[in-house]
Amino acid sequence: MVQYAVLIFERETPGGVADIPPEIMEAHGQLPERIAEQGGRVVAGLALEPTGTGTAIRGDVVTDGPFIETKEALAGVFVLEARDLDHALALAKLTPIIDGGVEVRPLIGFAIVEES
Amino acid sequence: MLAATVRVTRDLDAAEEAVQDAYVQALRTWARDGVPERPGAWLTTVARRNALNVLRRRQTFATKLALLLEPENTEMPEPDTDTIPDDRLRLIFVCCHPALAQEAQVALTLRLVCGVATPDIGQAFLVAGTTMAARLTRAKKKIAAARIPYAVPSADELPERVDAVLTVIHLLYATGHTAHSGEDLVRDDLTARALDLARMLALLLPADREVAGLLALLLVHHARRATRTDARGRLLRLEEQDRCTWDRELIAEADQLVVAALRAGPPGRFTLQAAIAALHAQAPSYAQTDWPQILRLYDELLRIWPSPVVALNRAVVVSMVDGPLDALAEVEALERDGRLAGYRYLPATKADLLHRLGRDAEAADAYRAALALSDNAAEQEFLAGRVRSFER
Repeated sequence: MVQYAVLIFERETPGGVADIPPEIMEAHGQLPERIAEQGGRVVAGLALEPTGTGTAIRGDVVTDGPFIETKEALAGVFVLEARDLDHALALAKLTPIIDGGVEVRPLIGFAIVEES
Repeated sequence: MLAATVRVTRDLDAAEEAVQDAYVQALRTWARDGVPERPGAWLTTVARRNALNVLRRRQTFATKLALLLEPENTEMPEPDTDTIPDDRLRLIFVCCHPALAQEAQVALTLRLVCGVATPDIGQAFLVAGTTMAARLTRAKKKIAAARIPYAVPSADELPERVDAVLTVIHLLYATGHTAHSGEDLVRDDLTARALDLARMLALLLPADREVAGLLALLLVHHARRATRTDARGRLLRLEEQDRCTWDRELIAEADQLVVAALRAGPPGRFTLQAAIAALHAQAPSYAQTDWPQILRLYDELLRIWPSPVVALNRAVVVSMVDGPLDALAEVEALERDGRLAGYRYLPATKADLLHRLGRDAEAADAYRAALALSDNAAEQEFLAGRVRSFER
């Protein structure tokens, strides 16, 4: 199995997470199960606060806001395991999306720092 | 051979290396023992064995055992010839995967499936050879890193993946038909390979109308290929070509395919192009061509496929229906549009229209512009001849 990061890009809404329709939230909750049904596995997931909460660092300069200003912002990332790219694309298509899309990228590595 | 080898390695670079080594071994072994009965099978077997060696070397890097293995041309196991077309198709579908940029798809197929040299592929896409080499390298890296599967797509994905493959085969034929940097206008090996690929796809996907459309289109091109140039290799325009020598059997086969595809449902872009080509091929002469019908087909083609090259070809048809002045206005609009900058058929078309309007001095200028953009010997001779005839 190969690990892919699925980057979720969505148009940002003024209310942030509160604006996400309940059926989308519910679908996100069911996503790992649906992916498992189709022979894949969700390894990890990160849901991000809106870009307004981000702080960018370029060299020594610290600025407010996201690193890249776009209409569609990175809203979250999850890592899945799939057989190959076609399988990963089929699984990533299950991601609930309001007004954006996802990017699928192969991972070089995935590590969780162990608690000592 | 590359396709059969990549199935062993699952790695394009390793497979290319294995195939190259097989050729080197062939030179050595065949010089010593003579050429085997089936050279192609011999090469494929050796390339696959090399590929296994490459894999073994990678797995147990320390051992030098693999280096000692030498191919022996006696009692070579015959490769399973039935699997080779499937291998080639798998390789085509990898090369034409939608996760790759379309220009990379075409370039990869030309390079890996058909063995076209990288600079020639660059010519076909109006970019430098080094740019094309970098594009190929990036594409191969993506195939490896993203794990694009070496497989024929599942039945539900197949139709949408076919269009990219058809585009590739069509461009492959076009590259062979008008070899950009070669001395010969038609490179039969490329065109024949494209035709083989189209026939193979037609067998695999008999219900796909666009596959039939592409096959029909290539058949008409092929039926007329002998008349594209005269005995001296000079390029001939459609109106100058000797229609008696066109291959009527191929044209009839194409016509059957087109009629069946048109009856089965709304036509796609390959079926429309084939219908246009078939109308040309069936006309008794250039003047007696059914231009209004061809213009209607072009209108539909431009609607479903708004490409500037289609618009340019349509302008030529407009000149036959509404006259060269209307056509010139459309060509000049395309010139301003800018997307066809560097495309030598635009100034060549403009030159022809200007000549028909009696504006020969301007026509000579336009032919000179086309000449500057062409590096095909037969085309250059044709264009230089046109320039000379208007300068007098």
